[in-house]
Amino acid sequence: MSDNAATIGGLAVPISIPKRAAQRRNPLLLTPYGLVAPALTLMLMMLLGPLAGVIALSFTDYQLGAPSLSWIGLANYHEMFGDRVFWTALRNTLVYVGIVVPGAVSAGLAIALLIQSGTSLRSLYRTIYFLPVMATLIAMAVVWEFMLHPQFGLVNGVLREFGIAGPSWLQDRSTALYALCAIGIWQAAGFNMVLFLAGLVSIPKQLYEAAEIDGASSAWARFRLVTWPLLRPVTTFVVVISGIRSFQVFDTVHVLTKGGPSKSTEVLIHSMYTEGFEFFRSGYGAALTVVFLGFILLLTLIKSRLADRGAQYA
Amino acid sequence: MTALTKISIWSMIRHVLLIAGAIVMLLPFVWMISTASKPPSEVFSSELHLIPRHFALWENLQMAFAKANLWRFLLNGVIVTVSIFVLQVLVALPAAYALAKLRFIGRNALFALVLFGILIPPQATAIPVFLLLHRLGVLDGYAALVLPFTISVFGIFLMRQFFRNVPDDLIDAARMDGISEFGIVWRVMLPAAIPAVTAFGIFSVVAHWNDYFWPLIVLNSEHLRTPPLAVAHFRNAEAGTNYGALMAAAMVIIAPLLVAFLLAQRRFVEGIALTGIK
Amino acid sequence: MARIELKGIRKSFDATEVLGGVDLTIENGEFLSLVGPSGCGKSTLLRVIAGLEPQSAGEVTIDGSVVDGIRPSARNLAMVFQSYALYPHLSAFDNMAVPLRMRRLSTIERLPLLGTILPSRRREERTIRADIEKIAAQLEISHLLQRKPAQLSGGQRQRVAVGRAMVRQPVAFLFDEPLSNLDAKLRVHMRAELAELHRSLRSTFIYVTHDQAEAMTMSSRLAVMIAGELVQVGRPAEIYDNPRDARVAEFVGSPKINMMPGRIRDDGRIEVFGHVLRLTSSQPSGNCRIGIRPERIELGGGPFSGAVVHVENMGAEAFVHLGLNGADARLVARVNDVRRLPDIGSHLSFNFAADAVRAFNSAGKRIDVTAEQAERIRERAIV
Ligand SMILES: Nc1ncnc2c1ncn2[C@@H]1O[C@H](COP(=O)(O)OP(=O)(O)OP(=O)(O)O)[C@@H](O)[C@H]1O
Ligand SMILES: [Mg+2]
Repeated sequence: MSDNAATIGGLAVPISIPKRAAQRRNPLLLTPYGLVAPALTLMLMMLLGPLAGVIALSFTDYQLGAPSLSWIGLANYHEMFGDRVFWTALRNTLVYVGIVVPGAVSAGLAIALLIQSGTSLRSLYRTIYFLPVMATLIAMAVVWEFMLHPQFGLVNGVLREFGIAGPSWLQDRSTALYALCAIGIWQAAGFNMVLFLAGLVSIPKQLYEAAEIDGASSAWARFRLVTWPLLRPVTTFVVVISGIRSFQVFDTVHVLTKGGPSKSTEVLIHSMYTEGFEFFRSGYGAALTVVFLGFILLLTLIKSRLADRGAQYA
Repeated sequence: MTALTKISIWSMIRHVLLIAGAIVMLLPFVWMISTASKPPSEVFSSELHLIPRHFALWENLQMAFAKANLWRFLLNGVIVTVSIFVLQVLVALPAAYALAKLRFIGRNALFALVLFGILIPPQATAIPVFLLLHRLGVLDGYAALVLPFTISVFGIFLMRQFFRNVPDDLIDAARMDGISEFGIVWRVMLPAAIPAVTAFGIFSVVAHWNDYFWPLIVLNSEHLRTPPLAVAHFRNAEAGTNYGALMAAAMVIIAPLLVAFLLAQRRFVEGIALTGIK
Repeated sequence: MARIELKGIRKSFDATEVLGGVDLTIENGEFLSLVGPSGCGKSTLLRVIAGLEPQSAGEVTIDGSVVDGIRPSARNLAMVFQSYALYPHLSAFDNMAVPLRMRRLSTIERLPLLGTILPSRRREERTIRADIEKIAAQLEISHLLQRKPAQLSGGQRQRVAVGRAMVRQPVAFLFDEPLSNLDAKLRVHMRAELAELHRSLRSTFIYVTHDQAEAMTMSSRLAVMIAGELVQVGRPAEIYDNPRDARVAEFVGSPKINMMPGRIRDDGRIEVFGHVLRLTSSQPSGNCRIGIRPERIELGGGPFSGAVVHVENMGAEAFVHLGLNGADARLVARVNDVRRLPDIGSHLSFNFAADAVRAFNSAGKRIDVTAEQAERIRERAIV
């Protein structure tokens, strides 16, 4: 319509009332739906539908390629709870989370505090500590595997210098899981550091000055009085995030140990992967997914509760 | 002890501790480069030395490129991450604009769905999405790698938050100027949201460049492999025999992101820190 | 160049009614200011006229055609916003070119890369450039055209925004508080410029402001809106002098009109602070309010008295604030001679002329009063 109204030479443009005005009442009414339609469709197809699907599947005996499926109620869950491997995987996952979360959070906090406590070389340190976050984990896992090589690896080589005979880390069932934990901490510390640095920067400088005037003269006293309380919301946040991320551990397990030796590094997602995508037992894999989802949602729930409380702080 | 010496002692301690930590952080990278530069005779030696006596980086790289089609895998990585990002933006921006600036029935419900969607970890939907792609017959192809990630609820959320700060007047001015609602998304909102889109782009590209789980599930063909999958296969084929080439391949795979990171550190840190909000 | 008619415009956001039935006709070439306190619905009304917001009921007519449901851009109105709303990523030139490109170029010609090589696009771009340069020269912003909005001062941005409105030769201009982001001095300057612009364009201007000084000085007509209703529409002087409602009287004029509690006695005479005025009203007896503009208070003699509590010396004039004896009311009087100002704390007596009195009933509606003796109207109001 507006094109018809254009005139050459910038003469007055008469208002052009479209003849179809009546049909076009309130064009703003439908456009929002047009704008969200692709997103909504994909969301239902790729996210919410599959989420419902995974719960539904967990009550069936569906196997990929099978011509039919039948409802088998809680049978998958019965099988799962009766399966030693499931309990091993669950225990290993919890051990992994239980080690990586405190490790990566305290490492991240310590690094952030150290970096922020001085002014020189801040960005250099930040860059170095952030490198593991950026590097493709699979590639670095392969590097770690060689570092942990019992004979030619760097770690055992160093231990040998001190006269210690190192174990064959990833092949030994008593050390494999801890080796994976170490890789997890190495990778996540820099990420947590960034979050803590953001938290530290947002603490107003005046608070430290006020603390000093109030007699908190040592660095430790100022940390106790100002930094730690103000950083607590960030800390709980980082703890939960690390929890969620380490619950999803898969890459290192799959490429380095495949859950072994003798299931000592079997974790939930890896079980789900083997059942669902190697044995194509979709129903059973779905049941494992539901358990995993339960833990994630629990952690998320805690996070949002904490976020609410954190908001009251601010 | 004067305050000044106290400060410099503390600054010494700080540097000592940070350097010690930095060595631990960098060790795998150093070891990777060192091993990639050693000939097999030095790799398979129990004696510790970081600097190779015979510098064999070039040979190892050549071997890596000969044994695996690394260029192709890198190209796959670029194709997949770029397509995912472009499609994510195409899908998310209009929706984010509608959620941020338009009033329509069901807006709050839709936003609640978006918030709920953020909570769902990607592994949770893997089995049904796999079955869906199987049904669609697109497994083992670029579509299988890209399609599930075209919707980023997190991207919608992030852009919506950003768009809320764009003044309403600007949008009204665009309407008065004759720009359609769809045009507003690209001509007004996108230019205003460039910093947020950049941060999200880095977040998205890094996540999908490094993703291993999904390509592992949907791919079979060798020529479609993404970089992480390529490394894993390389390792399965060569570990125990050819560490020099393996490390060289790992170097090649992580290099693009690391170089980009070193060039635009602040942007990358911002982009990755977004995962924290997620 | 357009006559805009509003008939029974209502607008509700969810349950709250913001506009409660607005009827108004803006004549061709008129400069109408819409004034009212913050939140009264001025912007909403303007947005309804522009088509940015659909009304809940009523009709907008432009030059005789009903425009409901027609896209804002198709109404051929231009709007200048308080925040200027310039596209931050485009230069001043490109900002001004947007409306022209949107209407003169086809979708294909607007394509980022492909479009630029089309010969028809080049041709159009030349006329667009010519049009923009003409307007830019008129607004004296020719040298700023290549700058981004961030590199412009507030006043310059304002001009670019006005330029963007002017280039497409709209049938009417809508302004939503276009000057309120400028500093006081520039505001006065831009006021004069906009009035000048109106005279030279002879286009219809609808100008929303909550600054009544702006409205008084620029417009040919004033529409006072309070709580979503037009309370009074008229020439500025008429509204100032003859407010039909206490809220209008209080809104228009600075400093505010003095409002004093009064009473209509049984005999129809009006009583203020215990003094009976030479004014009668035909209204039933009861409480009323008496409004007197500060410049109509005559200090230094008369039956009323008060203590000086504050003096504001503006340089050319001064305002004396009086606390009234025996009442908690305050009163402001204008003094033209700033060299002889009363001391704070001193007591002053004052008076006012009968024709300075505007009386309002308890609901705030204006009530007519008649001076007892017409020939003595210039005399003091007091019996
Ligand atoms: N989109 C909206 N949703 C809900 N209420 C709104 C919306 N827009 C405006 N309102 C309400 O309508 C009323 C009138 O708003 P409007 O912007 O028209 O006021 P205004 O007279 O322009 O005030 P100001 O002088 O402060 O600009 C206000 O109470 C406002 O809260
Ligand atoms: Mg307003």
